[in-house]
Amino acid sequence: MQIVILGCGRVGSTLARMLDAEGHDVTIVDQNADQFKRLGPGFRGTALIGNGIDEDTLRRAGIEQADAFAATTNGDNTNIMTAQMAKHLFHVPTVIARLYDPIREETYRVLGLETFCPTTLGASVLKEKLNKAGASAARARR
Amino acid sequence: MYIIVAGGGKVGYFLSKSLVAEGHEVLIIEKNAKKCLAIADDLGSIVMRGDACEAATLEETGAARADVIVAVTGDDEDNLVICQMAKVKYHVPRTIARINNPRNEKIFKLLGIDVTVSTTELILAHIQQEISAPDLIHLLRLRHADLEIVEARITPDARAAHRPLRDLGIPSTCAISAIIRNGKVVIPSGETCLEPEDEVIAACAPASEDALREALGTRDVPR
Repeated sequence: MQIVILGCGRVGSTLARMLDAEGHDVTIVDQNADQFKRLGPGFRGTALIGNGIDEDTLRRAGIEQADAFAATTNGDNTNIMTAQMAKHLFHVPTVIARLYDPIREETYRVLGLETFCPTTLGASVLKEKLNKAGASAARARR
Repeated sequence: MYIIVAGGGKVGYFLSKSLVAEGHEVLIIEKNAKKCLAIADDLGSIVMRGDACEAATLEETGAARADVIVAVTGDDEDNLVICQMAKVKYHVPRTIARINNPRNEKIFKLLGIDVTVSTTELILAHIQQEISAPDLIHLLRLRHADLEIVEARITPDARAAHRPLRDLGIPSTCAISAIIRNGKVVIPSGETCLEPEDEVIAACAPASEDALREALGTRDVPR
């Protein structure tokens, strides 16, 4: 698959490395060249400096031929806008946006965007772990 | 009308000032506390501190009863999200967004924003109007109708000077709507002669712009 990832933070760079290791053709875009250090020496994909909210940057990243696009910058609005550009302007078949704000996540899910919210996901994992730990601690006390 | 203005920068501030003067109910949403204080000092308590991208903020402003939301922050992605949230969650009937990168106009339209104002393009148009040869100046573009309103200044040596309109070969997809002569409006007929220093206002299909330039003979003539 040909995949474009926007944002080379912890999540974006890890995702890029994983997909690259699986043999996919990965292009990762970030405004800050320093961020590409996270990719490590083994990364064989393309790292492109640029502003994702710019048609030209997305084109240079090969969005017109891409099979998938993932928006993982730390700005929810940037992810929302670029994901919608990928979906409606460039007709990328698979588009996913990472959104921290659960309300925005819900709104855009309703609008048909594939979204992923680490806030609700992280909270529910934590809750589950706490519940389990709490239950076994309570049993041990009895 | 109840108008919510998202963004209390220079554009938001002066816009709100005018809207208040026109008698509208205005509420400015601004993130920065200092800017909020400055606006409140000047315009009264019509400003709320908060992030207009957040549903909770919009809820608090009573967005559900707003007639218009105008998003004029300096970031296109924020303006897009503000308008979309207002439309989808609060059914605000009219959304107006400021665009900084003119290229983003297409995607905003595609995503259902009612009106976009490209500040960069506006400034560019004004600069062109001031410095360039009296070519056609774009006053307004009606995108849904594929129509432009343009202005041309007739120079003394223009091909069209001293000649009646019907002899100029104006393309059929253009209509000369008005002539401004010595500050007064003249509604022209085919017999009307164009005079030097006339400002010609025309409705024109973008594709026939070149033909109109040709007919008026205004191209490449220094002012």
